[in-house]
Amino acid sequence: MSQQYSTFIVDGLLFGVDVTRVQEVIRFQTMTPVPRAPEVVRGLINLRGQIVTALDLRVRLGLTPAAANAQPMNVVVRTDEGAVAFLVDAIGDVVTVDETAWEPAPATLVASVRELIPGAYKLDDRLLLQLDVDAALGTAVAA
Amino acid sequence: MDDLLRDFLTESNENLLQLDRDIVALEQHPEDASLINGIFRTIHTIKGTCGFIGLDRLEAVAHAAESVLSAVREGSLAVSDQLISDVLAAVDVIKAILAHLEQTEAEPAGDDSALIAILNAILTGERAEGPKGLRAEEVRRVTPLSAPVAAAEADPVAEQRSAISDSTLRVHVDLLDKLMTLVGELVLDRNRLIQLTAHLDDSVFAAPVQHLNRVTTDLQEAVMKTRMQPIGGAWTKLPRVVRDLAHASGKKLHLDMVGAETELDRQILQAIADPMTHMIRNSADHGVEMPADRKAAGKPEMGTIRLKAYHEGGHVIIEVSDDGAGIDADRVRTKAIERGLVTREAAEGMTEHQVLRFIFEPGFSTAKQITSVSGRGVGMDVVRTNIERIGGQVELHSVRGQGTSVRVKIPLTLAIIPALVVVAGEHRYAIPQVNLLELVRIGGDGTRGVEQLHGAPVYRLRGRLLPLVYLSRVLGLERAESRGAMNMVVLQAEGRSFGLVVDALRDSEEIVVKPLGSHLKQVSVFAGATIMGDGRVALILDVPGLARNAHVVDDSQSRDSAAQHARRSSETHRAARTVLVVQAGERERVAIDLARVNRLEEFRRDAIEFSHGVPVAQYRGDVIPLLSLSEAIGLPSLTQDDRERVPVIVHSQNGHTVGLIVDRILDIVADELVIHRERARDGVVGTAVIQGRVTDLLDLDSIVSRNVAIAELTAPPNTAGAFA
Repeated sequence: MSQQYSTFIVDGLLFGVDVTRVQEVIRFQTMTPVPRAPEVVRGLINLRGQIVTALDLRVRLGLTPAAANAQPMNVVVRTDEGAVAFLVDAIGDVVTVDETAWEPAPATLVASVRELIPGAYKLDDRLLLQLDVDAALGTAVAA
Repeated sequence: MDDLLRDFLTESNENLLQLDRDIVALEQHPEDASLINGIFRTIHTIKGTCGFIGLDRLEAVAHAAESVLSAVREGSLAVSDQLISDVLAAVDVIKAILAHLEQTEAEPAGDDSALIAILNAILTGERAEGPKGLRAEEVRRVTPLSAPVAAAEADPVAEQRSAISDSTLRVHVDLLDKLMTLVGELVLDRNRLIQLTAHLDDSVFAAPVQHLNRVTTDLQEAVMKTRMQPIGGAWTKLPRVVRDLAHASGKKLHLDMVGAETELDRQILQAIADPMTHMIRNSADHGVEMPADRKAAGKPEMGTIRLKAYHEGGHVIIEVSDDGAGIDADRVRTKAIERGLVTREAAEGMTEHQVLRFIFEPGFSTAKQITSVSGRGVGMDVVRTNIERIGGQVELHSVRGQGTSVRVKIPLTLAIIPALVVVAGEHRYAIPQVNLLELVRIGGDGTRGVEQLHGAPVYRLRGRLLPLVYLSRVLGLERAESRGAMNMVVLQAEGRSFGLVVDALRDSEEIVVKPLGSHLKQVSVFAGATIMGDGRVALILDVPGLARNAHVVDDSQSRDSAAQHARRSSETHRAARTVLVVQAGERERVAIDLARVNRLEEFRRDAIEFSHGVPVAQYRGDVIPLLSLSEAIGLPSLTQDDRERVPVIVHSQNGHTVGLIVDRILDIVADELVIHRERARDGVVGTAVIQGRVTDLLDLDSIVSRNVAIAELTAPPNTAGAFA
């Protein structure tokens, strides 16, 4: 059993999301910040006339904040209520992984992050962290 | 033609086309249960509907055919050639009757007893076989159709028969929504193009952009119309509600519905269905008295609740009124004091109209007894919240002993709305025009600025205190400390007004409202987002949310003055006038007191010259300054004005003359005007409905004094405006 993951880098870590959930990957877009919004919401993007909420994965994953002048890429995923963009540092390839290479995340993983990262694939040179799209979106927009 | 009948014909004609195919198919596949079910359903629907609208002949034929099909469906009758022919004969008769209905709106006279007897015979098995059975042609013969139908059938232009079904088309709602979204995109691109080309003089793009602008506006209107539905659709259950209420309470009630054909966007229709039912219940339960009480008061025993809908200047007005007892203002007063909404002293100083506003407070009910219907204290505040959520307004009027009326004003559509764009911090925000009262520039030289009322900033606007809210602060943005003058947007929400201080003002624009994602639903100060002309996203402020957030709405200190103001500003002034109605900008109507108009002229465009940067023209040996009406009242002027001659209104005052360039002169109207002050703004003293259209009333003095850089032209300050 093998599966395809769309990969990207956040704070030096390699993450992958189920490729069927990804609508498109686009370069940095100018964002309109939303005052009083939860910290994870970095802003709103005009994606060809659709207004897309951009979520900061660094905040979501409890990683170090990006530099102020960073220009994150957008991984746009499909949800029931339209597209949502994940902000990531860099885009990787689409990789095909084998189920046998998968292992659940260790119990020592910080609890708040454990539900987002059910496990990891042991690639030859590094670990591919499996990101649960719905968990990363927050329960409200599960597809 | 009656709507009900027209819908019935449209639907039946569609179904009958399918029916012919299905019945023939059934002959080939007599075992196909889905075919039999489909045929049965169609005939059943026709039968059911005609019983409803009183088409007896049609009902009898359909019923007989249905019985046969029902037996086939249950398996107690086998499909045979003969059976199919007989059913088709019945379908032919049904079609003939429908055709006649479409032409004359009445059933043709005729006797179908032979056909019905045949169909019934099938059921009893008497017609199973045998040559003595009638053929379909015979059926037709024994079922005489009246002359007009026969004539119509023989007529070579028989296609006319289905004129109704041919002129309408069922379209999926998703497709209409998609069209609306696409038009929304187009509107944004149009806005952007206009912005981009506005700076170019003599551009080759000017003409096509202007044409695109016009086509887009027309397209937007046309698509909006496709989403319109008559309000009557949301009214169908109301007679039943009233009947049940009358029955339960022992009252005699009559529901009078006017304007069921008034159309509005389906999204809005859904949003107002519940509030409407609620208001009707209120009237039935609290408004109309028991028959004995009514008799004692000299009224007819039968109480009337009137539901009325109509269009008024881009809005839909829905009025629910009753001829009941009216609201007991004293009881409202007592209750308000009991509930601590107001002090006894303040309450006693309030007018009845002010007191009635407490009806809209959450949890407020004056019902002596809680009934199963209403009086649980979740009444008018919910109605108002629901109406305001879709950008509407609610007003209540009540006269003791004569009845109560609630007037709801709602926009035609939610998808594209006019909005004012403002700036806070580095970003733009859109404010729906429906919440906007006026724009005020405060501070600067010699005028009183912001004052502090125990830490709460207030501003004296025409002698009353207006609480101020700083948009940057509400949004938690860094704010450059105010240096002198500030821009304030006076907004109204939930019956209170407040001043929103913004960093800068931008244009008014038509914006396309897009919902926010679920991550932002809990941010109460935003109603949605939109895409601006430059492609950037801007947030739309939710004015009621903003007011609640800044505690404007629950601030009891401001309540009295706010209520007083609201009362005063909603007061109307009646006056008989003769006015000149002109067009300013693309569609605004503006009225000018005719007494103040000296002459109507047409100036050649090339006769307009400039002096000190001010456009002027030579007029009767004088040089008079010209100013554009649309610019003066804050509308975008028709930038691509390429008319050779422009209409100008000449106005003289204190021996000085000025010319007002208008876009079009429409009419001169003599009427008693009801002036609404709520929409007063700079250059406009209020609005009135003239010839059924909302028309701004021009404040000629303020415009002349503000816009003409020639001091001696101006009237002394504070001179009453044209309509004061």
